[in-house]
Amino acid sequence: MTEEQILQNLTQKFNFSEESIRVQRIRRIWINVEYERFFEIFDYIVKELSFTHLCAMTGVDSGSVFEVIYHISNENGIVISLKTNTPRETPKIKTITEYFADAGIYEKELIDLFGIEVEGTPVGPRYPLSDDWPEGEYPLRKDWKPKESEAITNG
Amino acid sequence: MDKVTIPIGPQHPALEEPEKFMITLEGEKIVGVGVRLGYNHRGIEKACEERTYIQDIYLIERICGICSHSHSTSFISAVEEIAKLDIPKRALYIRALVGELERLHSHLLWLGVLGHQIGLDTLLMYSWRDREIVMDLLAAITGNRVNYGINTIGGVRKDIEKDHIENVLKAMDILEERVKYYKEVLLEEVTLVNRLSGVGKLSTEDALRLGAVGPTARASSVCRDIRSEDPYGIYQELDFKIITDNHNDVYGRGVVRIGELDESVKLIRQILKNLPDTPISVKAPRRIPEGEALFRYEAPRGEDVHYVKSNGTDKPERVKVRAPTLANVVAIESMLKNGYLADVPVAIAAIDPCFSCTDRMVKVVDLDKDKSNMLNWEDLVKYSVNWYKDKGYDFTKIKLK
Repeated sequence: MTEEQILQNLTQKFNFSEESIRVQRIRRIWINVEYERFFEIFDYIVKELSFTHLCAMTGVDSGSVFEVIYHISNENGIVISLKTNTPRETPKIKTITEYFADAGIYEKELIDLFGIEVEGTPVGPRYPLSDDWPEGEYPLRKDWKPKESEAITNG
Repeated sequence: MDKVTIPIGPQHPALEEPEKFMITLEGEKIVGVGVRLGYNHRGIEKACEERTYIQDIYLIERICGICSHSHSTSFISAVEEIAKLDIPKRALYIRALVGELERLHSHLLWLGVLGHQIGLDTLLMYSWRDREIVMDLLAAITGNRVNYGINTIGGVRKDIEKDHIENVLKAMDILEERVKYYKEVLLEEVTLVNRLSGVGKLSTEDALRLGAVGPTARASSVCRDIRSEDPYGIYQELDFKIITDNHNDVYGRGVVRIGELDESVKLIRQILKNLPDTPISVKAPRRIPEGEALFRYEAPRGEDVHYVKSNGTDKPERVKVRAPTLANVVAIESMLKNGYLADVPVAIAAIDPCFSCTDRMVKVVDLDKDKSNMLNWEDLVKYSVNWYKDKGYDFTKIKLK
């Protein structure tokens, strides 16, 4: 299926509005969904449309919400970037490791850098921050600024 | 039998790449692997938000010394898509030239690293000597051996001159002969073949299931290469093979990378033959209109993914980089299970790990932690070389021609 055909297929199946789905250029489809519908759509795209490679997961601090973008591709090089969001006050999403065994490390990044809770993510070391990183400090949030460095002098 | 956990790592200023692997042994066999990354995390994505797009090119290309051009091109191409710029063909050809030269020197570096991990330092000396041919070309064309600074928004900053073209073509003739030699070594040097075969096994199913990319995946018969699957720049105008192998092990990963050396030589010749006469850049706005883009690039280590979001200012809203090694790290655990501790250095080296690409923040760690039961990398390599020597694999006795 071409990008346009995929767009038609998804629009029909899930009743997307024109603003929610677009073909930005060749092999690039962008879709916005509310989190309640996320798994239904994700499941269809991965299983029925065979988008079986997870390229990346991106977190974005957009003020009142954190956006989470799942970039998944198929064998023909088409990438669907499925954007969803979770409220800033209580950011929480579910793991996608049943679909992609390698998603764990990307979910750890969201936990460490944005403070998003990921339910069901595999047990294991954190990534990428150090073990002694202070609690409640989420560097990729827009309101987080690194401290000024202090010069260390002898005497 | 008792289980023993041996931590390998963690960060030490003397180590080449800081990472931590927790290996659980039952007798001599590995029954569990844990990977702890993050020691090289540098906060680059955050830093990008506070710098202009042009400043960010220089920051992004320093994510990694050997995948420098891959990161730079991915970032800039995403920005160019958002700005809807039409990049002149000659610029795209020059980007491809530098990209393929990068692949050549990266794979030659890898060949040397592989040799070193098994105690075959002659291979290290030969491949790194041959690599210098490529480093000299890159220095002449771009002005630097690594972190080339060749990209700008809208194209490239330097044109390629006639002298450069002649020198590159002469160098390709020499490298073609060298690649033939490495192919022979990998086919005929029995001790080497046996040492690498069956090590770090990764089935095709596991490669796909675990999201492995690049030569690591292609050595498990996964016939995917971003240059062909999701072509960028001028790759659609070039003729090349995707190199795969079905050994599913470290030996296969060697076969694939050496095969790719050959393909890169062929690609470079095509690029120079078809180099069009156009400008090398278009004017780009300082402020990039609101938008977002995702770019994928076949770096020497595999699929490199960049996401950029712009907000109408001269600084990006968000820059996300997923470097290839992060995609391959999950596969390491699968490759090491049921192998020997002595296989760890070469199995890990075979994914050509670039932990710089994967972790991006520097911190000095208290070395007194875990001191009593830690193996640093050199100790592990020595252990591995001696373990295999006892089994008859003595690379000090091998004379490469």
